[in-house]
Amino acid sequence: MKPTDIAAPDYFHKVVDCQWACPAHTPVPEYIRLIAQGRYSDAYMINWKSNVFPGILGRTCDRPCEPACRRGRVEETPVAICRLKRVAADFKDDIRQRLPKPSPRNGKRIALVGGGPASLTVARDLAPLGYHCTVFDADPEAGGMMRSQIPKFRLPNSVIDEETGYILGLGVEFKGGHRIESMQALLAEKYDAIFVGSGAPRGRELEIPGRKEAAANIHIGIDWLSSVSFGHTDKIGKRVIVLGGGNTAMDCCRTARRLGGEDVKVIVRSGFEEMKASPWEKEDAIHEDIPILNFLVPVAFIHAGGKLTGITFQKVKAEYDAKGRRNLVPSGEPDQTFACDDVLVAVGQENAFPWIERDCGIEFDKWNMPKVDPKTFVSTNPKVFFGGDAAFGPKNIIWAVAQGHDAALSIHKMLSGEDINERPLPEVHVSSQKMGIHEWSYDNDISNDKRFKVPHRDKVIALKDIRAEVELGYDVKLALGEAERCLNCDVETVFSTSLCIECDACVDICPMDCITFTENGEEADLRQRLKAPSPRPDQDLYVSSDLKTGRVMVKDEDVCLHCGLCAERCPTGAWDMQKYFIEMTYAGSSCPTKSRSAA
Amino acid sequence: MTYIAKPKFHHPGLKKNELGYTHRDYEGKISTLCAGCGHDSITASIIEACYELSIEPHRVAKISGIGCSSKTPDYFLGNSHGFNSVHGRMPSVLTGANLANRNLIYLGVSGDGDSASIGFGQFAHSIRRGVNMTYIVENNGVYGLTKGQFSATADRGSKSKKGVTNTDNAIDLVAIALQLGATFVARSFSGDKSQLVPLIAAAIGHKGASFIDVISPCIAFNNHAGSTKSFDYVREHNDAVNRLDVLVGRDPIAVDYAPGTVQMVEQHDGSRIALRKIDADYDPHDRLGAMTFLQKHAAKGQIVTGLLYVDPDAEDLHEHLNTVETPLNTLEADTLCPGSAALDKFNASLR
Repeated sequence: MKPTDIAAPDYFHKVVDCQWACPAHTPVPEYIRLIAQGRYSDAYMINWKSNVFPGILGRTCDRPCEPACRRGRVEETPVAICRLKRVAADFKDDIRQRLPKPSPRNGKRIALVGGGPASLTVARDLAPLGYHCTVFDADPEAGGMMRSQIPKFRLPNSVIDEETGYILGLGVEFKGGHRIESMQALLAEKYDAIFVGSGAPRGRELEIPGRKEAAANIHIGIDWLSSVSFGHTDKIGKRVIVLGGGNTAMDCCRTARRLGGEDVKVIVRSGFEEMKASPWEKEDAIHEDIPILNFLVPVAFIHAGGKLTGITFQKVKAEYDAKGRRNLVPSGEPDQTFACDDVLVAVGQENAFPWIERDCGIEFDKWNMPKVDPKTFVSTNPKVFFGGDAAFGPKNIIWAVAQGHDAALSIHKMLSGEDINERPLPEVHVSSQKMGIHEWSYDNDISNDKRFKVPHRDKVIALKDIRAEVELGYDVKLALGEAERCLNCDVETVFSTSLCIECDACVDICPMDCITFTENGEEADLRQRLKAPSPRPDQDLYVSSDLKTGRVMVKDEDVCLHCGLCAERCPTGAWDMQKYFIEMTYAGSSCPTKSRSAA
Repeated sequence: MTYIAKPKFHHPGLKKNELGYTHRDYEGKISTLCAGCGHDSITASIIEACYELSIEPHRVAKISGIGCSSKTPDYFLGNSHGFNSVHGRMPSVLTGANLANRNLIYLGVSGDGDSASIGFGQFAHSIRRGVNMTYIVENNGVYGLTKGQFSATADRGSKSKKGVTNTDNAIDLVAIALQLGATFVARSFSGDKSQLVPLIAAAIGHKGASFIDVISPCIAFNNHAGSTKSFDYVREHNDAVNRLDVLVGRDPIAVDYAPGTVQMVEQHDGSRIALRKIDADYDPHDRLGAMTFLQKHAAKGQIVTGLLYVDPDAEDLHEHLNTVETPLNTLEADTLCPGSAALDKFNASLR
């Protein structure tokens, strides 16, 4: 193998698994360290810069970081990254002084369609640069699906108000209750750029017999949730069936429990394990006495006298074909009917663009989705950009934020007369953490604690009040314990070949057997010859250039604890622990030149 | 010196030996020696050898004297018996322990000061008596704890860190051990675990006095130009006569050796040593030949390493003395002290 180029910005970025997995590349270990130091406001601002909604995401994020967390490969559970984010939001001081100041207007006007996370992120990035941003939303207040679809017992309005408020306070104009009905008309208003962040606002229908006849008691999940959020709906029947296995279904069933539903069940087509809902959301639903029945496909709504009485299901089982694809086939067991008073249909969401005229220069593909460049988020109309669920279908808030940042960068570049396809490199800082012979500026003593549970409100009280937040969040002590579990994966082991005397001290001390000195070879062969097995080829090998004896140093990054013992036991300083901090490029950040390197 | 404890987490894919232990289970406390000390590599090699042999830690007694080397038993086999004795007295304590309980595996860990100076006599007598033990000297050529004075194994003409030339002749412990009748004699280098680990494993399997001289560079005081025990010098002058694999129990021979290059040695404990010859003419069963070979190469400035001599049919001290098979601590009181009648009878036999 060739010596590893640690100067490439991506190399160490991949080692920080959580940050690499986060669509917005939030510097996770950096903010967790700040939390451990009690510097909550600093931790909050790091989050605010990269993911814009720390308080909201700290309660609702789909957490792509946690399955990636190295701690999960070393013991059973990853660090509770998401809930630590909430800690930063909960315990911060007033941070308004730290927000960007609205700068003098540059005369350029941006229209943002939809007031959800994608549009607000674009506004957050562009408003401080002097752009006049106008956000349009059909709802009276900003927040989009964060406000309308996520139940208040998971995300209180106060948090949404605060964090959308920070953005609107940057001089962003918000036009609530203003639905954009025509793209043609919007284009005619001669905005310098238009960003469409209107989400995926249509719940998928379930067209089975009885749908029309029993319509009064069949509700589309996201519409119903939104109606509950805005106070238009405040009760439901005693017996409720929720169809669907995603997070919306989990929100529906838990909301129904709070509006009078006593016998609430979730019924899904797939198996329990394959459900789309996040494991912790399923857990929370089950905790609230909501059974989840699987392998049942709805075949008909049963009704009598125009009133829904139940649903009939066909029992299925999963079969896998030669390619490993799953098919649900009838199991041959008799159909089952479950009685109910109301049904909530949460079987998926779709995009809907009836308001975009098909002749206004925005091309659509065969699935009726706008053609959007996945890097720049520009549509076929160079002034119109898409982001969030509106661009590539339903995903999560954090994806909308990441895409908002990228779209804002494109808009800024376009309006600065630059090529939007040229994406500036991120800025990378690498600095040694050595303070003394065996002293580091981070806590390298590895905590053996298991993941701390987030305290919950008492179930009886929680179920009585739809606005009572179920999760109470970590207190300071629990937060410190959980923060200590972080392995500081952004403090990198950096090896200097010329200093190494091949004494083996690092090999002997490494608790994870990560380091091997051996003859060089092809990667597949080298992976066979490591001191400990290398089960994850997606985790890089760090290979040195040739040493004096002709061997090379190979370090498997997979389960390195970043404890720094290799560097402590190294007599010549050939190993050093260096903190790697990567700053993604946002609209208006000064663009580093290509020659800038990581180390 | 490191202030944090070594993290308990280990690689999830670590292999377990027959007892269900990983090599991490054979560790002791974290080393307090200087960073990069060769002794730590020897510690790691002992850990590896005991893990590979699936040794039950409670069956090992590790005994040492005084010095950097003699601190190391604290850093391996944290669940074994240990005795940190007086300077240079490790061999006597070990001999006594061995006589009392022949069922334990005895690891004597010593250094060049402990064995070639203050304990030279002790070393000599334990070897000539054939005590069943693995005697490891962690040989760095200097007194590290007192800041780097030449030890008795420092080569004549080698230079100290301050530039002083050594004018005394060196004691070659390997040569002495051969002369005193050790039945397993080897030399190795802390920077070459692929050679050292099987040597330690083979020595543990040998019944009799096994002696391994391990050259172990002192990073702080003896790893400079002009030293003959530095990493660079030993790597440049290392003349390995053979390499070996220790084959235990049912494990088949993993590697195909070219015919004629491998010599099998049966050990007392049923294990076998596969000796891969590097020097085709070298015969590890020829004590006289080994001594000549050693002297000739030493004169040329070469450091001969490998398994230099082994007597597969060795006897140990217990056989010489015809002692009882049972360890003394499990003998019943009436056996240990048969009473005045037995004493009278015994005394009568001497009259």
